[in-house]
Amino acid sequence: MSHGARQVKRRTFLLAGLGGGGALFLGWSLSPPRQRIYGAADPGPIDGAIRVNGWVTIATDETVTIVIPKAEMGQGAHTALAMLLAEELDCDWARVRVEQSPIDSIYNNLTVMSEGLPFHPDADNALVRGVKWMTDKTMREMGVMMTGASSSVRDCWMPMREAGASARAALLAAAAARLQVDVGTCRTARGFVICGEVRLRYGEVAEDAVNHRPTRVTLKNEASFTLIGRSTARLDSADKSTGRAQYGIDVNLPGMLYAAVAMSPTFGGTPDRFDRASAMAMPGVRAVVRLNGSRFGDAPGVAVIADSWWRAKKGVDALKIAWHAGPHAALSSAAIMARLRAAAATTDGLPIRTVGDTDAALANAAQRVTASYEAPYLAHATMEPMNATVRLSDEGTADLWVGTQVPGFARKAVADIAGIPESQVTVHQTLIGGGFGRRLDVDFIAQAAAIAGVYPNVPIQLIWTREEDMRHDLYRPAAVSQLMGGLDADGRVTAFVAHSASQTPIAKLGERVGYLALSMSPDRTTAEGTWDQPYAFATMRSSHANVELPVPVGSWRSVGHSHQGFFVEAFLDELAAAAGDDAVAFRAALLQRHPRALRVLQLAATKSGWGTPLPAARDGQPKARGVALHAAFGTVVAQVAEVSLTRDRAIRVHRMVCVVDCGFPVNPNIIAQQVESSIIDGMSAALYGEVVIERGGARPGNFNEYALLRIKAVPVIETHIVPSMEAPGGMGEPALPPVAPAIANALFALTGTRLRALPLRVAQVSA
Amino acid sequence: MSPSTAAFTLQVNGQARTVTAEDDTPLLWVLRQSLGLTGTKFGCGIAACGACTVHVNGIPTRACVTPLSAVAGAAITTIEGVSDGENGTVAQAVQAAWTSLDVPQCGYCQSGQVMSAVALLRTGSSPTDEQIDDAMQGNLCRCGAYPRIRAAIHQAAQHCRASSCPPIRTAP
Repeated sequence: MSHGARQVKRRTFLLAGLGGGGALFLGWSLSPPRQRIYGAADPGPIDGAIRVNGWVTIATDETVTIVIPKAEMGQGAHTALAMLLAEELDCDWARVRVEQSPIDSIYNNLTVMSEGLPFHPDADNALVRGVKWMTDKTMREMGVMMTGASSSVRDCWMPMREAGASARAALLAAAAARLQVDVGTCRTARGFVICGEVRLRYGEVAEDAVNHRPTRVTLKNEASFTLIGRSTARLDSADKSTGRAQYGIDVNLPGMLYAAVAMSPTFGGTPDRFDRASAMAMPGVRAVVRLNGSRFGDAPGVAVIADSWWRAKKGVDALKIAWHAGPHAALSSAAIMARLRAAAATTDGLPIRTVGDTDAALANAAQRVTASYEAPYLAHATMEPMNATVRLSDEGTADLWVGTQVPGFARKAVADIAGIPESQVTVHQTLIGGGFGRRLDVDFIAQAAAIAGVYPNVPIQLIWTREEDMRHDLYRPAAVSQLMGGLDADGRVTAFVAHSASQTPIAKLGERVGYLALSMSPDRTTAEGTWDQPYAFATMRSSHANVELPVPVGSWRSVGHSHQGFFVEAFLDELAAAAGDDAVAFRAALLQRHPRALRVLQLAATKSGWGTPLPAARDGQPKARGVALHAAFGTVVAQVAEVSLTRDRAIRVHRMVCVVDCGFPVNPNIIAQQVESSIIDGMSAALYGEVVIERGGARPGNFNEYALLRIKAVPVIETHIVPSMEAPGGMGEPALPPVAPAIANALFALTGTRLRALPLRVAQVSA
Repeated sequence: MSPSTAAFTLQVNGQARTVTAEDDTPLLWVLRQSLGLTGTKFGCGIAACGACTVHVNGIPTRACVTPLSAVAGAAITTIEGVSDGENGTVAQAVQAAWTSLDVPQCGYCQSGQVMSAVALLRTGSSPTDEQIDDAMQGNLCRCGAYPRIRAAIHQAAQHCRASSCPPIRTAP
């Protein structure tokens, strides 16, 4: 198939994928662009303050409350986004507080959808810009609120600055009108409008400002920022250091009852028999509820409602449930990996990107290198187990208290289960005790709504045990990739081919929540990290086989990049070794057309002392370095790992040097924090992470069976941020994909043995 | 033998609190749901993550596996009371370091981290990295706050060396 034909095929997919889409495009083209400044609620007084627009209220005591549409799950979005608005508003940062936004289409995430289009990151032409523009317009009306895909700063970079600038312009206009002076004679300074000798506090003119809606605003030049770009302290650190921060599990309402559940230990299983009477006889138990599961992904099971969660859990234990194992009772990791290996061994599947004739290039190559790489299922294992509190009234309304990355989907889940319109559901969004993609799903929310249906007007708080949380996750898909590379006689790459196989995490999420834009389009996340990298291969082909399996899968921090980054970067190391080239020099030669990526790589080499001798570890064992580079979510990251093996052959990571180009660095402190977070999360996945499937279900139950990095294994982490005036990139995820390949490549340098499967097993390393 | 329901009096953050519950009820759920002290978190239920760490007679203890019957009459300190208790000045130094270094991300594990750190520093020690790692190994953090936890403990220890972090004597 020619390159051109493939392009057409992709575009056809794309338009179909926008679901209900064709007619809507015409509709928007004829309508004016809709602003994102004013939501459904009109500006005006609200709770002792003045809502100036949909993003900010100003109180007479000068408190500035910035409305944040993104969930705070640790990534620092509340602080970073507040900075965007406060910068343009020119208010006093010490008076800023933040508030979670309600659900409103002005807060829809446009970036996550237009970034999700299957265009190469380098593609920039009229068609690409036009489709992205139309997608943005579509999502302004039809999209969803979503915190994910490292998109918070990227998505809010313009609207929150515009909202701040708009509010500032309105305050200026109101002050000028009150003083009867030309607005051009007025300026602002840290919460004051200053007109000549007169200084008016923002809080004094906020009420008037409501009547001044600027139609055009001018944003600050990046060079004049005083807040954006500084390592501003997080707004939530004190509350989170003193136990005051409130998560979904901390919701405490008058008359609230608690629910615990047991769900089928096998995927597709159902409860057969259970001892309802014994459970009902336990202290405090109020009800036993059989759960059928729902399209939102919650598995069948049985819930017990009691007056305390511990009593509810004891009630569940007393049920002594016997299960129908269902149709997948024999499912195992071995069988799944065999399926994926078989799928990756064929060339069937969705062609993602083709450049030139790889077959001819491989046929003519002086050297061909092939390798098969594998990654297992991973759990999210958020510290806060899944929980949700639901109250259904007998008047057909509902309230939901929950930490979620998708409040709109959460509202839909409650509405669907309760059989009421979405407009009758109020979502009270809390802080999130860890998301990593898990709380993009609403399975536990649908389950809480089903349970709450038993007790109208009573809030029911559902809390999963750690074991239920671990065994009823939506896992990072297991994946296999068959890689091929061709080298010419001078060791240059003439062909790069990646054919992978896995389930489709985002399409499945789309199916569960009933969102056609996700479920109907090809799931680009499956192969991301292969075809979208900055390397200029003479020829390249990336394709992916979607495999249907009974294991539920979803979005896990950096999604496809999380394993494809390992496959591609470890394989590139193999090619470098086959070419007899240095791993940094080999990559640099492929990055000549990507100065940003090249600079990141070279800086990582410099900062890590690449090529210089490494002293032995404290136990006398030799160390070695490995390098990896990866681009994702608008950000380029390079890492160099320093690794040794202990005398009992355990992998020890001593130091991780990380260089990041994430465009304009909004808050370097939070960027560094996210690098530390991603490296440690990436090390958990590289060294330990594996959800084994056996007898039709997930084996690990608690943290004693699913190892995660603890403090003793934490290396020295050095973060270097490349100065940039480019638009910001994402930071919640992009520093994760290079971790595993940097460690694996260092282990190769140390031992001469390639580890091609995650987690990296020391037993595979020969002496 | 089935657990029996009875009234238990606990000393929580210096106050006598009476709760009625089964004697095998974990202290965690008594604190969170009977007493409304939600700063102590549920993470695993098997003492594998440390999110529920409280002090029982000054000793860091996993509340999720500590039955109510085992702590009747004991002095229990939670994150809500730690900065007012006997080790209050140490706790204040720890929490100030936690805040100034932006240790927390999602923050869910941090009550337990702070309680373990206060217990480590309450003797006025200046721990090495290795001693910090030994003391904090049982506290899991999925956001990877570990490098900042180490730095914050050093900072708090330094503060307490300079100002001695004297014990606070609470009224009997």
